[in-house]
Amino acid sequence: MVRRIRALGLTLPLLAFLLAAFIIPVLLFLWQGVHDDTYARYMPHSTPVLEAWDGVSEPTEAMYEALQKDLVQARKDKTIGKVATRVNRESPGGRSLFTSTARKAARLEAPYKQAMIDLKPAWGRLETWQALRVAAARYTPAYLATSVDLKYRGDGSIRRQEEKRRIHLTLFWRTIEISALVTIFCLLLGYPVAYLLSNLPARRSNLLLILVLLPFWTSILVRTTAWIAILQGNGVLNDLFVAFGVIGDDNRFSMVYNRTGTLVAMTHILLPFMILPLYAVMRTIPKAYVQAAHSLGANGWVAFWRVYFPQTLAGVGAGVVLVFILATGYYITPALVGGQDGQMISNLIDFHMRRSLNWPLAAAMGFVLLVLVMFLYWLYDRVSGIDRMRLG
Amino acid sequence: MKSSAFLYAAGFCLAATTASAGDLTIVSWGGAYTKSQTEAYYKPWMASTGHRILSEDYSGGLAEVKAQVQAGNVTWDIVDVEDAEAILGCDEGLLEEFDPAILPPAPDGTSAEEDFLKDAIGDCAIGTVVWSTAYAYNQTRLSPPPATIRDFFDLEKFPGRRGMRKTPKVNLEIALVADGVPPDQVYEVMATEEGIDRAFVKLDSIREHVLWWEVGAQPPQLLVDGEVIMSTAYNGRIFNAFAAEGQPLAMVWDAQVLAVDNWAVVKGAPNIELALDFIRFASMPENMAVQASWISYAPVRKSASELVGSYHADPDLKMGPHLPTWPDNMKTAIWHDEEFWADHIDELNERFNAWLIE
Repeated sequence: MVRRIRALGLTLPLLAFLLAAFIIPVLLFLWQGVHDDTYARYMPHSTPVLEAWDGVSEPTEAMYEALQKDLVQARKDKTIGKVATRVNRESPGGRSLFTSTARKAARLEAPYKQAMIDLKPAWGRLETWQALRVAAARYTPAYLATSVDLKYRGDGSIRRQEEKRRIHLTLFWRTIEISALVTIFCLLLGYPVAYLLSNLPARRSNLLLILVLLPFWTSILVRTTAWIAILQGNGVLNDLFVAFGVIGDDNRFSMVYNRTGTLVAMTHILLPFMILPLYAVMRTIPKAYVQAAHSLGANGWVAFWRVYFPQTLAGVGAGVVLVFILATGYYITPALVGGQDGQMISNLIDFHMRRSLNWPLAAAMGFVLLVLVMFLYWLYDRVSGIDRMRLG
Repeated sequence: MKSSAFLYAAGFCLAATTASAGDLTIVSWGGAYTKSQTEAYYKPWMASTGHRILSEDYSGGLAEVKAQVQAGNVTWDIVDVEDAEAILGCDEGLLEEFDPAILPPAPDGTSAEEDFLKDAIGDCAIGTVVWSTAYAYNQTRLSPPPATIRDFFDLEKFPGRRGMRKTPKVNLEIALVADGVPPDQVYEVMATEEGIDRAFVKLDSIREHVLWWEVGAQPPQLLVDGEVIMSTAYNGRIFNAFAAEGQPLAMVWDAQVLAVDNWAVVKGAPNIELALDFIRFASMPENMAVQASWISYAPVRKSASELVGSYHADPDLKMGPHLPTWPDNMKTAIWHDEEFWADHIDELNERFNAWLIE
């Protein structure tokens, strides 16, 4: 018991570090995906009125009055911009509707309904108010819905996003597809390498191991841009093909700025993550087993498939899970060499983080990705058993 | 592009440890553009005030600014922003508000408000240059050369890959003009759903042949490498490739989209007073004219435009015809409507991104 407490004490600094630097920030960030009180905080009068409204009946004079009061105040407090940005996400054009109405709100007179509709006809439309109702809710499924191509509407219903705006499911699916392909390529390429490493004399295998590790010490950007130089239309590989007459000068292969580029570069970058666990497991397999199989009459293939391969499964599992999960989160490489059909969901998350500043939507998409990966992990566990996995 | 994000992260750590009181951190777009600002503004201002300027590069957007302001740990003083970011940043409370009274008047006494181009003085941002997105081509690869925006969309006349910036901005505008919409009616058409549909249909016609770029340094490189036969580009980058590096690139000004680039002060910046002093200095017409001798972006002040002379390295190369605001270049120009884009950018980005992966 004392020993266990002592052991726990030793891991405490790491646990505290993980909690403070990783788990809590991640949770706080994910929280943004369902909680957004921008509107409620700065528009205190209209928020309760909007919450009480059923979302389908004609907006009443009292609603317009509360909104007018808020607009005047928000303009005075200079918070109108934040509110307008929030509303714009639910209703395109809502930003200028808010800022321009707020500019004149102090001069409006009762009845406010008529005054505001005269000012901007958009105030007479039910959709405008439904968008406000969505914006006013502190806890909202709107971002989560968006990240799976659904639209949460002001009347409380959830429908499919209209067709020309559907993007997220396609990207999630593509992310899985690319990750799976990269994992398969890594396995096919990495397995023989790991086998070779584990069967060579120590001196030569150590040298080869350093070659496997070498890319780890090179920046991921350098490795990716190197692939551009190799694969592009006037790149090394195409030049070679042309020089050897494999292809004509005017129909060079396009191997970069598309999915091929993403697959090649990602496979190269993630390959060590497959080789290392495989190598660790293969090294522990006694050679005698395969020799025994041979002496009992198995040919090369049977000895490999029935005797050797099953013993490496633990390493295969570890490598596959490692590479697949790392691949789902890749965004630098696809962004550089992916063109348009090699983009993954993390590129869109990155877009919303850095470009559109729609952090709640980024958080919601991150949450969906996390759930997806955990589900696949669970599925893997059910099928093959995680406790059989070995990292060496 | 991500590389600049990484450089930024590295530079950011560096700046956080080396910046001391009285050092002004100015963040701009890098490359030839930052070079022109360094020569025209940073060096003379440092010489006259004795303060240091730490220059950093970024690739646009407000994410870094938002992160700094939200964390209450602002290390950037001034950031060079596009119109849309100036508006969004002001709305979100990420940028300091300006009093235009700090701006110096023109040499002949005209007030700054009258001397600056329309809309170049914003609530939180002061215009510095007029830049333009138009398309360029490699002279050694295309003959006869393309001349109109229709040529850019004409796959029969000019087969081959085109480069376009990966954003709906500018692309929707030029697609409509190529489809026959007069340049001055572009935004009226874009305000309707049918107009947007029409633009996407036009873009559809060349989609298979487009290579999407993200940072300004890419188009000249892609053109020189022959990866694309023509590409939309920032005019200053093409000019730099042509004037400084001797590359055979040329611009087609038809349906160019003009926009203003701005100085903005980050909310809660460590050196607000110094920052304002710098912006005042950088807004003097004579200094603006110096910048235009380094890069082909036009000053936003009318009085500065009159002072523009030759390229700094070649007295025979007059800058005038290379500026987006040159009368011949302006015939079919479109002024970027930042209000329209601030309202519709989310919606159109969504649709554009969905269209890209269709």
